[in-house]
Amino acid sequence: MTQQFYVSPEQLMKDRADFARKGIARGRSVVVISCADGIALVAENPSPSLHKIGEIYDKIAFAAVGKYNEFESLRQAGVRYADVRGYSYDREDVTARGLASVYAQSLGAVFTAEQKPFEVELAVAEVGPTQAEDHLYRLTFDGSIADEHSFVVMGGQADKVSSAIEGGWRSTLSFSEAVRLALTGLAPAPESEEQAKALPARALEVAVLDRMSESSRGSRRAFRRLNDADITALLA
Amino acid sequence: MQESTANQVAANATSSFTEHLQRDRPELLAFNRSPQGGASAAAPLQVPHATTIVAMSYGGGVLMAGDRRATMGNVIASRHIEKVFPADRFSVLGIAGTAGIAIDLTRLFQVELEHYEKIEGTLLSLEGKANRLGAMIRGNLPLALQGLAVVPLFAGFDTSAGVGRLFSYDVTGGRYEEHEHHSVGSGSVFARGALKKLWRPNLTAAEALAVAVESLYDAADDDSATGGPDTVRKLWPVVYTVDSSGARRIDEAELAAAARSVIEARTVAGREA
Repeated sequence: MTQQFYVSPEQLMKDRADFARKGIARGRSVVVISCADGIALVAENPSPSLHKIGEIYDKIAFAAVGKYNEFESLRQAGVRYADVRGYSYDREDVTARGLASVYAQSLGAVFTAEQKPFEVELAVAEVGPTQAEDHLYRLTFDGSIADEHSFVVMGGQADKVSSAIEGGWRSTLSFSEAVRLALTGLAPAPESEEQAKALPARALEVAVLDRMSESSRGSRRAFRRLNDADITALLA
Repeated sequence: MQESTANQVAANATSSFTEHLQRDRPELLAFNRSPQGGASAAAPLQVPHATTIVAMSYGGGVLMAGDRRATMGNVIASRHIEKVFPADRFSVLGIAGTAGIAIDLTRLFQVELEHYEKIEGTLLSLEGKANRLGAMIRGNLPLALQGLAVVPLFAGFDTSAGVGRLFSYDVTGGRYEEHEHHSVGSGSVFARGALKKLWRPNLTAAEALAVAVESLYDAADDDSATGGPDTVRKLWPVVYTVDSSGARRIDEAELAAAARSVIEARTVAGREA
């Protein structure tokens, strides 16, 4: 007969958190920056089809780091939540705050009740008509939710990337300046000289939430994914 | 145990919004709510009906136009109703039949296409969209049998083949590809007659607009449930074109000019028919 050893709740939670943190730290970073043109989402991602950044609703986007299967199921759940809500009420009743709180609850439930916590960190971004009305939420594996301003950095070298971006962030950045700023953070730190070159467009995943999508593109859907040619043109 | 978990995950993985609602929120689907008792085919409900839609291909795309009238028996229920909607970036649909259900169905179809695009990261093929719409119309069959039928017309630009295509439906969800042009609704016979005389292959978009406005004018002339251009209230048909750059709503000024030139030409001719 197996004997259950007593483990204190503190120890149990700490073990789970360490486990999740380790998983997330292995991944590459994702940066979400609020700027004058809207919100730019930049990820280091060599795959052109397995996305870390996704569209949730008209003004809402999603970015994640960690295990693909886990954040992909959360992304799909988010799309379903948003579409059901928008269909049963109205499109403008779908907000990032509502979505983020649903995510927080499900991450929290998984963290305490499931066999293993989700090894993911999420950002939910909503672009508003003015920069003051932009919303950025960061959600961690245990269901904690943080309301961020100006930018969010998640993943492996989050601290290092974050300090690089903090230095360069201004509210008047355009999309191309914001993406360039994200790249200075994401590119490997120039410890050895030859490593300091910028990441090529195909190693990047970039998407934007246009603040003025109605007038510039005639679409209420603000999300736009940039392909390699768009990225090269944006950075040229 | 493991296999059943995998099966369960696969069974739950759907890219269809309708399937998701069917499973989790069936009460939100219009066609799941069959009216209780009472209403039967013998005494159809008095509800607004949307009327004539015309669609045609032209050089480089497709065009769809609908009049602005909804009727309830012999009463005009609305002069402002819009019956042609963009379904997504490359397709539009027009609806004839019971207005309430048709508008709900349109909303569901729009969400269905957008949902697929967001989940899968790619647009549904035009054939795929046409089939989904057919399935939704079939879902409405029990209500159609009680007199609440919806008949759509679907048009879109096939981005892989590079051509505009038209699809018509019957109440059982049967899907038929139409060539050249088609019309649905109470004034459709008259509109169709006009289209047969006015339509030519390789029309330009502007010529196609004139043909659509004139065929709706003819439909309104002979069908009391179809509204003609209203110069007093400044009401013109709703017209969308779809080409390789996507769906575009024709603006009011262009429509006013097209409608006025039809009225002008008829006034000058001064003939009975």
